[in-house]
Amino acid sequence: MESTNKRYWRGLEELRNDESFVKNAYKEFSDTDINKSTESGSIVDGIGSDRRDFLKVLGFGMAAVTLAACDTPVHKAIPYINKPESTFPGIADFYASTYSEGGDYFPVLVKTREGRPIKIEGNPSSSITKGGTSARVQASVLSLYDNDKLKGPKKGEADSDWDTVDKEILGLLQRGGAIRIVSSTILSPTTKSAIAAFIAKYPTATHIQYDANSVSGLVQANLTSFGQGVIPSYDFSKAKTIVSVGADFLGSWIAPNEYTDQYIATRKVGANAGNKKEMSRHYQFETGLSLTGSNADYRTAIKPSQEGLVVAALYNKVAAKLGGTPVSTASVDVAYLDKAAADLAAARGAALVVSGSNDPNVQVLVNALNNLLGSYGVTIDLSRPVNYRQGNDAAMNAFISDAKAGRVQGVIFYAANPVYDHPRGAELKEALPRLGLSVSFADRSDETASLCKYTCPASHYLESWDVSEPKAGFYSLTQPTINTIFKTRQPQASLLKWAGLNSNYENYIKSYWRSTVYPQAGSSLSFDQFWIQSLHDGVLELQTASAAAAGAFKPETVAAAAAGVAQKYKPNATGIELALYEKVGIGTGAMANNPWLQELPDPVSKACWDNYACLSQKTATELGVQAFDLVSVEVAGKPALELPVLIQPGQADGTVSIAIGYGREKAGKSADGVGKNAYPLVSVSANALLFSATDVKISKSGGSRTIAQTQTHDTVMGRRAVIQETVLAAYKKDPKAGRYFPKVVTSEGPVSPTDISLWKGYEKTNHSWGMIIDLNSCTGCAACVIGCQAENNIPVVGRQEVINRREMHWIRIDRYYSSDAEPEDRKGLEIASSNPEVVFQPMLCQHCSNAPCETVCPVLATTHSTEGLNQMTYNRCVGTRYCANNCPYKVRRFNWFKYFDNDNFDYHFNNDLGKMVINPDVTVRSRGVIEKCSFCVQRIQEGKLTAKKERRRPKPDEIQVACAQACPTGGIVFGDMNDPESTISKLLKEENDARAFQVLEEINVRPQISYLTKIRNKDEEAKPVAAAAEHHAE
Amino acid sequence: MHTDFIGFSLIKMYSRSVISTLVIVLIALFSSYQSVAQDAAAGGGDAAKGKELFSTLCQQCHAVTDEKVIGPGLKGITKRRDTAWLLKWVKNPQAVISSGDAYATALYAKFQPLVMQSFPDLSDDDIKNILAHIDASAAPAPAAGPATGGAVAATATPASESPSGLFTAVLVALLVVMLLVLGVLLVLVTILSKAVGPTTGEGGQATPFLQRLKTSLGAAASNSTLRSIVLWLFVFVVTKQTFDGLYSVGVSQGYAPKQPIAFSHKLHAGQYQVNCNYCHTSVYKGKIATIPSANICMNCHGEIKRESPEIQKIYKAIETDTPIEWVRVHNLPDLAYFNHAQHTNVGQVQCQTCHGEIEKMEVVEQRSSLTMGWCIDCHRKTEVATKDNAYYDKLVALHKKGSKEPLRVANIGGLECSKCHY
Repeated sequence: MESTNKRYWRGLEELRNDESFVKNAYKEFSDTDINKSTESGSIVDGIGSDRRDFLKVLGFGMAAVTLAACDTPVHKAIPYINKPESTFPGIADFYASTYSEGGDYFPVLVKTREGRPIKIEGNPSSSITKGGTSARVQASVLSLYDNDKLKGPKKGEADSDWDTVDKEILGLLQRGGAIRIVSSTILSPTTKSAIAAFIAKYPTATHIQYDANSVSGLVQANLTSFGQGVIPSYDFSKAKTIVSVGADFLGSWIAPNEYTDQYIATRKVGANAGNKKEMSRHYQFETGLSLTGSNADYRTAIKPSQEGLVVAALYNKVAAKLGGTPVSTASVDVAYLDKAAADLAAARGAALVVSGSNDPNVQVLVNALNNLLGSYGVTIDLSRPVNYRQGNDAAMNAFISDAKAGRVQGVIFYAANPVYDHPRGAELKEALPRLGLSVSFADRSDETASLCKYTCPASHYLESWDVSEPKAGFYSLTQPTINTIFKTRQPQASLLKWAGLNSNYENYIKSYWRSTVYPQAGSSLSFDQFWIQSLHDGVLELQTASAAAAGAFKPETVAAAAAGVAQKYKPNATGIELALYEKVGIGTGAMANNPWLQELPDPVSKACWDNYACLSQKTATELGVQAFDLVSVEVAGKPALELPVLIQPGQADGTVSIAIGYGREKAGKSADGVGKNAYPLVSVSANALLFSATDVKISKSGGSRTIAQTQTHDTVMGRRAVIQETVLAAYKKDPKAGRYFPKVVTSEGPVSPTDISLWKGYEKTNHSWGMIIDLNSCTGCAACVIGCQAENNIPVVGRQEVINRREMHWIRIDRYYSSDAEPEDRKGLEIASSNPEVVFQPMLCQHCSNAPCETVCPVLATTHSTEGLNQMTYNRCVGTRYCANNCPYKVRRFNWFKYFDNDNFDYHFNNDLGKMVINPDVTVRSRGVIEKCSFCVQRIQEGKLTAKKERRRPKPDEIQVACAQACPTGGIVFGDMNDPESTISKLLKEENDARAFQVLEEINVRPQISYLTKIRNKDEEAKPVAAAAEHHAE
Repeated sequence: MHTDFIGFSLIKMYSRSVISTLVIVLIALFSSYQSVAQDAAAGGGDAAKGKELFSTLCQQCHAVTDEKVIGPGLKGITKRRDTAWLLKWVKNPQAVISSGDAYATALYAKFQPLVMQSFPDLSDDDIKNILAHIDASAAPAPAAGPATGGAVAATATPASESPSGLFTAVLVALLVVMLLVLGVLLVLVTILSKAVGPTTGEGGQATPFLQRLKTSLGAAASNSTLRSIVLWLFVFVVTKQTFDGLYSVGVSQGYAPKQPIAFSHKLHAGQYQVNCNYCHTSVYKGKIATIPSANICMNCHGEIKRESPEIQKIYKAIETDTPIEWVRVHNLPDLAYFNHAQHTNVGQVQCQTCHGEIEKMEVVEQRSSLTMGWCIDCHRKTEVATKDNAYYDKLVALHKKGSKEPLRVANIGGLECSKCHY
């Protein structure tokens, strides 16, 4: 059974084999006293343990049932008065639209049923996202039905109406005085022109953009190096060697969706990449373990104070090889520097170096390095800048100073909440009430809006019109898919109205389309047809748009930057340092009141519903703290933050990482009081925000707080053949490298487990639905998790219930750490835990053909279909949970509560508004039944019906499950394995004898899901490969 | 003892006859079921195709007679206009009017502001078929008689649909038999006691019948076999009734709520033969058949019977923009997924199969039980409509290899849980 060459572990408790871990691993469900599990486990749930309570419930129940049985409730069927011709109840309509919030850009297709948007899909016509989505865009539909939003305009605390508010604001605007419009990044040219129209009317107004996750240092560096203050287009797909110094480009840096797609294109090998056998090599130098770092081939943990020196050292080493002028800085000694420099130099013309630093000096050095490597024009395109981040930290800084000093008389906040998400928020909080006019367009009374004189709530993007222009010539339309739910109004309409113009924003963007876009497009259609066509397509990409000329690199700027770096960064600083980071789900915290995002386990730490202080094991030991201990993190001159400790393997020693986006106070029920606000810890330098700090004091503050962490939930009981991986060189020699071929002993000698069976098997004559998950394509971004949650009405259970190991996600991303050392080699293990290799493995119901769950169900609630599906029939389930006990993959979930009607679970679903997001084609499960991945059987049934109605077979890949559709990299392939034309059949044909493996093949349950081995582009080191080869020889 | 023996053989005799009546009843029921199936399959020929199209598309506004409905009566239309003109007209009447055609403008002047709907999707053959149907209908006089209204002569009795009905019949029959046996026994006892009485003792005549009956009943009661039979019968009947009662909880067969507007399917679907699809617009398209929106009512009632107080309710709804709240008759539990298109479009099941003779209902009622047993029963029996549907080609071929039976829904996974529950 010693299957793989590595020891895999999901949490330190597993590696150490803690008592609590072992106890939990052998129990599918926690023993937590159900009454203690929520703050008020009550008689309402029928779980009062008292005998009298039981009798009361029984007595009442009997009476209620008797009464209820007397009369069937009357259901109404209410048709339209005037039905739109193309809309039919029960048939979904899709509308193309665009999600563009704070610089995040996704062209989407919105699925609506009976007029309500219920699901977001990526728009495949976009060349930028190629139909991919992220967890946030998938979850955005839930925010539409957020009951904590404002129901109409407000004047101070009091509810008001639009006429009054408009009149009073106009009156105040007439008074003049310096007015500032403060917004986050705006991708919309029409919004900008509406703002310009407003400024034309009130010339004292100026527009300031800022980003909570600012990259303004990069913009300034480009201005210094090239005379162009822009963010260039990056193309990771052309890079053979990628070095990232602290840039989490797969998770949070600028446009992760776009970069993920490009990056994975270089990481795919084998049949799903046209039998390509080459991969890019990726080095990551960073402080905390990020999503990007988890995917890197070589990762080095560095302290924030070393960041600039690492870039300088890389520059010097590459310059030595390629003949550039070295810069003089202190030398820094971290692992893999030489190796990275050698690979970069070798890949000249196909290399890319990125840095997440917001220090312009560091970015100038990065520019110099990229220039040396010939990256400009290949992997970096300055002539096609992107608009994703337009924030100007200096301008924002000046605004707050002006506001404080009383130099500003009026302010309008548009998609901005600086009181919460700017480091000087507290100062602004003080200054705001003193301003004569303050208006916020926030959709809720958030930290900033609640201090403003007027709140003019903006509509959700699914209720709005807009145009987005992420890059020059790339247009995308946002159109409403539902009438405004509350009395909200688009900010653009408000601005136009206050500017004395026609406030119909739909007409406004239409005329922009007519005057600006239509002539460029050179379409043969009439404008009206062109407009309809554009709305239908959602995106319009004019490749003809003239590219701006790229500026030439100014080598003279390098020395000054190097001097700045030499002065600021230290090779061996001893104090504890802070690095702030952004989580994949919550991001900057603007969408924090979204329970789906709150409960999404962070891909790396697997923690949800909290932020925390990430420490390495070594640092924690030195500080004398343990996991979940509360510590006080203090940065000089800033308020201390009390957070629980999370021991994060891969965290640089002597550093602490804290996520921004938490600690909201006025976002709504799901977000308020979750975690602590780390924005005040951001340092404000003269011209940029710095997301790190030195001289941090960490002290134990007593007490502890358990972090809801799912990492060791649902373990596979120490079975080893779960992950199968190899290195590229071994794969090139033998595509089967890293595979594990189990044997079972029979009377005729050892045979493959699939050669023998107790069962007759199922005949799959019609369809055989299956899935392939490519471990090389999975970055762990978790878009699939939220996609599944939205499609299948999966409830949110809250922090305490996650701690009780009762989360409900049907698909989870298992994150495994691994080390090359043997389990007995204690010293080796310790090295591994400080900087482990990471594998992400999406795990869902494997739809076993010999399903262990089916044989143990006493009431046949889970059965097998002739199409290869493991069916779950909720109305038949009596809740014995035998199936979950017997599932080797631990993918079955039990409904401990009636999550949809229980006020202890106040996560949007328990109110009528939140329930509007429910997919009407999927049953809402009640308390006491098991549920699990159904392979989106509702989509399969619908797809088959469409085919049958058209008297044909389903087209190859026509039917897609929610997770596969949400995946931004095509890492999940779903289809009919009986259809030889489907992608899955073609892939399996090639990969069955190569990378495709089934998890736990030795137990012979014959899943319908195959995984493709993880391949790292690491040098072949003696041991692992030898082990793999040995293995293979067996 | 002697009487008991006779009693027993009598019971046996009667039970035999009961079984044979049962068999007869069953055969009768089965044959009536067959006749339904045969009635459903009919048709062929051009005029027949035309009839179908006519009833779907034209009937709402036109009659085949001289009678004006919304548009003119079409009797003799082929004599009035030539086919080429008619083809043009049907496909796009507005275009013909705009072209300044004299006949068309005259027609428009007469029916203004109504213009006939255009049918660009109809092929020339389709229109010719319709015309053939109109000509064919012109010949026989009683074409519009309400007596011929029923499209499908669904003669199946309600009893045949539910097994519990059958059981009740059996129970009633058994009860009758029991009573008969009792009567015969009484007669026998009287005769026998008359014959035997005088020999056994004096004053035989004086013994009252009732007392003798009491004695013999007492004897019967002390007979353990007879006692247990009665007891078991009693237990059986009570259990059966209890179970039937419990099973009917939540089954609302026969539910016929009062609707906000007294809409009559008997009039619309029966007498005027408006096609179901005309109002229930997505019955062939999607999951929900749809309750027609008010604008569909207005297609006809914009002209017809505007003053009727019931139709005024629709006008009121439109004026006040408040939708009409119909009461839902057929309610499936949320855990069961049902899709109309799968059954009507793909399976080509008649509406009446589940909804009963809707064209004869003044007030719609739930005719079928809508229980899972009822669904499954139909899935077991029903053959898949595989003809001209490429989806099923491979499945039919595979099925033919292994079986001589026709391909039924159950053979292709129609009994699997996640076909309806997900």
